[in-house]
Amino acid sequence: MAAVSLKVKRHSTKWYVRQAVRNLVVYGLLIGLGAIFILPFLWSVTSSLRTPNAPLSFPPQFLPAEFNWQNYARVFEMIPFATFFRNSVIVTAIAVTGELLSASLVAFGFARLRFPGRNLLFIVLLSTMMIPYPVTMIPSFILWVRGLGMANTFGPLVLPPFFGPAFSIFLLRQFFMTINTELDEAAKIDGASEFRIYWQIILPLAKPALATIAIFAFMANWNDFLTPLIYLSDRNLYTLALGINFLRNMRGGGELALQMAGAIMFVAPCIVLYFLAQRFIIQGIVTTGLKG
Amino acid sequence: MGYLFISPWLFGFVVFLAGPIIASFFLSFTRYSPGRDPIWLGLSNYARMFGDDLFYHSLRVTTVYTLFSVPLGLVTALGLAVLLNQKVIGQRIFRTVFYLPSLISGVAVAIVFAWIFNARFGIINYFLSLLGLPGPNWLGDPEWTMPAFILMSLWGVGGTVVIFIAALQGVPLELYEAAELDGAGSWRRFAHITLPMISPVILFSLITGIIGTFQTFAVSYIMTGGGPANASLFYLLYLYRNAFTWFEMGYASALAWFLFLIILVCTAILLRTSDLWVHYEGLGRK
Repeated sequence: MAAVSLKVKRHSTKWYVRQAVRNLVVYGLLIGLGAIFILPFLWSVTSSLRTPNAPLSFPPQFLPAEFNWQNYARVFEMIPFATFFRNSVIVTAIAVTGELLSASLVAFGFARLRFPGRNLLFIVLLSTMMIPYPVTMIPSFILWVRGLGMANTFGPLVLPPFFGPAFSIFLLRQFFMTINTELDEAAKIDGASEFRIYWQIILPLAKPALATIAIFAFMANWNDFLTPLIYLSDRNLYTLALGINFLRNMRGGGELALQMAGAIMFVAPCIVLYFLAQRFIIQGIVTTGLKG
Repeated sequence: MGYLFISPWLFGFVVFLAGPIIASFFLSFTRYSPGRDPIWLGLSNYARMFGDDLFYHSLRVTTVYTLFSVPLGLVTALGLAVLLNQKVIGQRIFRTVFYLPSLISGVAVAIVFAWIFNARFGIINYFLSLLGLPGPNWLGDPEWTMPAFILMSLWGVGGTVVIFIAALQGVPLELYEAAELDGAGSWRRFAHITLPMISPVILFSLITGIIGTFQTFAVSYIMTGGGPANASLFYLLYLYRNAFTWFEMGYASALAWFLFLIILVCTAILLRTSDLWVHYEGLGRK
C-alpha cells in the first residue's frame, strides 16, 4: 500500500480497475474464509440451543431458531459440572501463581545477578525446552505416584510450575534485560537487598510481561488433558477438560445439544480472557515467534 | 546470591527433568510395571519395537499427519497473514475471527469436530452435498480419517497467522518501494522480498509445528480413540496405551526415547539445511 502511495497522484482508468478487482478478491477471500472459520462456533452455539432429544436435522441449522437454555442446566444435572469447574479453577489458579513466582525469581537471577556458570546454566535452561514431555512423563508418574504417593491429588498438576518452567523464565529474562539498570543501582546505593530490588522495582515494571505469562499459563493449565488424565482417576477430582470428555462418554451423554453446551461452557473462560487481554496475548505470541 | 534466585529452577531441573530423563533411559532397557521391580532386558525393548507392527503403524500415521498438516498449515497461515495485512475495513474483526479457533483446546475441538465430520448430519458433508459430491464417512472410514484430522488442524492456524503478520510488518517498506521502481510486480516482490525476509519465522514455525504434531494426543484419544482400524493411532496415543493402559512402562520408555530422537533429528536437519533457504538479515548472502 505504501508502495502504491509513492506513485504520482493521477492514475489511469486501468489502475482503478485493477484496484477494484484487487479489493474484490481480498474482501471475497476474507469473508469466504472467515465464514469457514466462524461456522464451527456458530453451529455449536445453535446446536447447544436445540430442543432436547429432537432428531438431528439435515440440512444443518447455522443460526439459532430456538433457545432452549435449559440444555446448559442439564449439563449440571448430568455431571457434577460445578465440582469440575471448581477443580479446574483451583488447579489453574495455583499453577499460574507458582509459574509467575518461580519464573520471575529465576529470570531475575539470570538477568540481574552474576554468579559462576550463569551463562552455561542459561544455555542448559534453553536446551531443556527441546525435551518433549513424553520423555519425562513415565518417570515423573512413578515419582509422583509411587515415590510421593500423590495419585489422585492436584500435586502433580500444580507443583511443577513452582520449579521454574523454562519457557516463561526465558521470556521474562528477555524482558528484564530491557529494563534499565539505573534504578537497581540507585536502590543498591540506598542499601536495598537483591530481593527488594526484585520485588519492589523489577516486578512492578514487568507487569505487562507477567500478564502475558499468566495468560498463557492459564490457557495451558485450563486446557491440559494428558496430565489430569494420567494422575486423576477419582471422578470428584476431575478437571473440566476430563469432565466434558466424561460427559460425552456417559450414558445419555451422546446428545448433541448437551455436548455442545458442555464444550461451550468449557471454552468460555478462555474466550472471555482473550477479549479482556487481547493485547497481551498477541504481544506474547509475537515475542515467542520473532525472538524465540 | 544468584544461586538462591535460580534455585527453584535448579531443583526442578534436577528432580523433574534430569532425573526423569536418566530414569527414562534406564527404564527403556527394562521390563517395568508399577509395583514390581524393573527387570533388566538389555536392548530387547528396542528390538521388540522394530518388530512391532503397531509401532510402525503409529509412526506412519504420525508422519503422514505431519507431512500434510504442517506444510498446509504454513501455507494457509501465510496466505491468511498476507490477506490480513492488507488495509481493509474491519481488519481487527477479521483477525479475531481467524485467531479465535486457535484458542480452543484439543478437548473441545475434538468434541465439536466429531459432530462436524458426522457422515449423515455433519456440516462438512452438507456443504459437499450442495456441490453435488457424496460425503465420505470421515471418522468411520479408515481411508478418510487422516484427511479429517488434517482438515481439522487447519482450523487452528491462527497462532501462526499472528506470528506471520508481525513478521510481514517487520519487512522494511523501502525494499518494496525500491523493487517497485525497478519494475518488479507484486508476485516477484512477494517471492524475492517477502519470503526471504520472513524465512527465519517460517523456519521457527516449521520446527515448532513438527514438534507439536509428533505429540498429537488429545484429539485422537477423544474423537476416535485411535480408530477406525487404528487409522488415527498417533504415536503418543500408542505410547500412552503401553504406559498407562497395559503398564508396559519399560517398552513405553523406549518408545519415548525414539520419539525424542525423531524430534532431534528433524530439528537438526532443518537447522542444518536452513542455510540454503533461510535469510538472516545482517549476515549477508551465503
